[in-house]
Amino acid sequence: MTEVIGLSDLSILRIKNLSFSFNGKSKPIFYQLSMDVKAGEFVSIIGPSGAGKSTLFKLINGLLEPDEGEIQIKGNKSGSRLGSVGYMPQKDLLLPWRTVLENVILPCEILKEDWRKKMPVIQEWLSRFDLSQYENAYPDELSGGMRQRIAFLRTLMTGRDLLLLDEPFGALDSMTKRNMHRWLLGLWGELKKTVLFITHDLEEAILLSDRIFLIKDGRVYERKVHLARPRSTEQIYHSELIEMRKELEKLIHHDN
Amino acid sequence: MTTNWKNWISEYGLFLLVAICLISLWEWVVVKGMVPSFIVPSPSKIWHALVENIRLLMIEHVPATLYEVLIGFGISLSGGLLLGIGMYFSKVLEKILYPFLIISQTIPLIAISPIFIMWFGYTIWSKVAVTILIAFFPIVVSTYDGLKSGGQEYRELLMTMGANRWMIFKKVQLPMALPSILSGVKMSVVYSVVGATIGEWLGASEGLGYFSRRMSSNLQADAVFAAIFLLSLMGLLLFLCITFIEKQILKKKLR
Repeated sequence: MTEVIGLSDLSILRIKNLSFSFNGKSKPIFYQLSMDVKAGEFVSIIGPSGAGKSTLFKLINGLLEPDEGEIQIKGNKSGSRLGSVGYMPQKDLLLPWRTVLENVILPCEILKEDWRKKMPVIQEWLSRFDLSQYENAYPDELSGGMRQRIAFLRTLMTGRDLLLLDEPFGALDSMTKRNMHRWLLGLWGELKKTVLFITHDLEEAILLSDRIFLIKDGRVYERKVHLARPRSTEQIYHSELIEMRKELEKLIHHDN
Repeated sequence: MTTNWKNWISEYGLFLLVAICLISLWEWVVVKGMVPSFIVPSPSKIWHALVENIRLLMIEHVPATLYEVLIGFGISLSGGLLLGIGMYFSKVLEKILYPFLIISQTIPLIAISPIFIMWFGYTIWSKVAVTILIAFFPIVVSTYDGLKSGGQEYRELLMTMGANRWMIFKKVQLPMALPSILSGVKMSVVYSVVGATIGEWLGASEGLGYFSRRMSSNLQADAVFAAIFLLSLMGLLLFLCITFIEKQILKKKLR
């Protein structure tokens, strides 16, 4: 049981007093921002556009460096953070000259892992992502929902415990999106990952998350979602969920 | 087989039709005596001149020119790729070389070639030098621009996966640059023929450029045209070769 205790208590991501501004001189995007994410949590990040949500992801994954403050991943303070988290950008960024399978194994190639050995595991994931029949297809032959699943699976294949998903379902139509929610909620139990999830869709944020961070004017407001897991997409019609949506909407639009 | 034939016709039929019409018109105009034949010889006369000189052309002049083209193009290709890649990897190299590259293209070839003759004499290398001066540029630029342009988001994505520069180059930049590089190569191979011909014009003892120059001083316009015909045929065939290789590479890459 020691392992479980270790897991549940560990902050997989800890941000302390982070300040950041582009070029170091203009108005800071973040000022003294702190947050803490525990292993196994699903945390959504919401906020008005331009609040710096994507910038926060680029700071966490190491593409940007903070002006001040600290970003720890699994307690690791020093060194480059590049390669320590799984990052899924807004666009799917699938390589058009590679098949689905070849796109999915890209992280393995980069980490110089022998993906052939992992093939049974990869096959299993492909079928869990409903992509088995398409492993030899090219991205441009597939629908938006499928492309997002491929990009998500590729992110998973980095083998990292912390995944940063930047509006993964943002470009999908509402029907496809609903299907993706259903699919993701079904998958969440066996995924055993920590997810940070940027979205504009409050319903999505509440349905999927354990906690929601609202980023506004360079500060973070936190809300817990008290919905038991496993969840189903039907729960968006529950009154508590609707109440919460109202509250969040108020928070976003009203000053303080 | 028949569908292949049909495809071919729909692709090139129109071109062939117009070409045949133009050649017929040309023949008719010259035969009617509207243009003196030492100014513009008729297609049939050009053909005769070609047949008459074919042994000499095929044994001596075509191989000589082809040899210069292939050496010049080969050096341009390997050097151009290396420099393009080098400039992509090193900002310093780029800052040093790019201006020189542009300057090299502003040099009037006719003006510099006496210097090449001074340096290399009437050997093959004076022609190769002119060829390289023309054919090098499109390859360097297409390689460098192809590698540099776009792909920023892909690069960042691969960096977050822990990729180093070489990995990013191999997995993303090079495949993305291939179409651009290959069109540079196609231009370069055609320019190579032009370069070798100019080189021969300025001083040579064999080759199609030399042949056409000699014939033109003899006022044998038909033989000049015959040499021009062979030169453009050579350029066309080399272009088709590269197009074929391009299809193979891109098929492999896209497959």
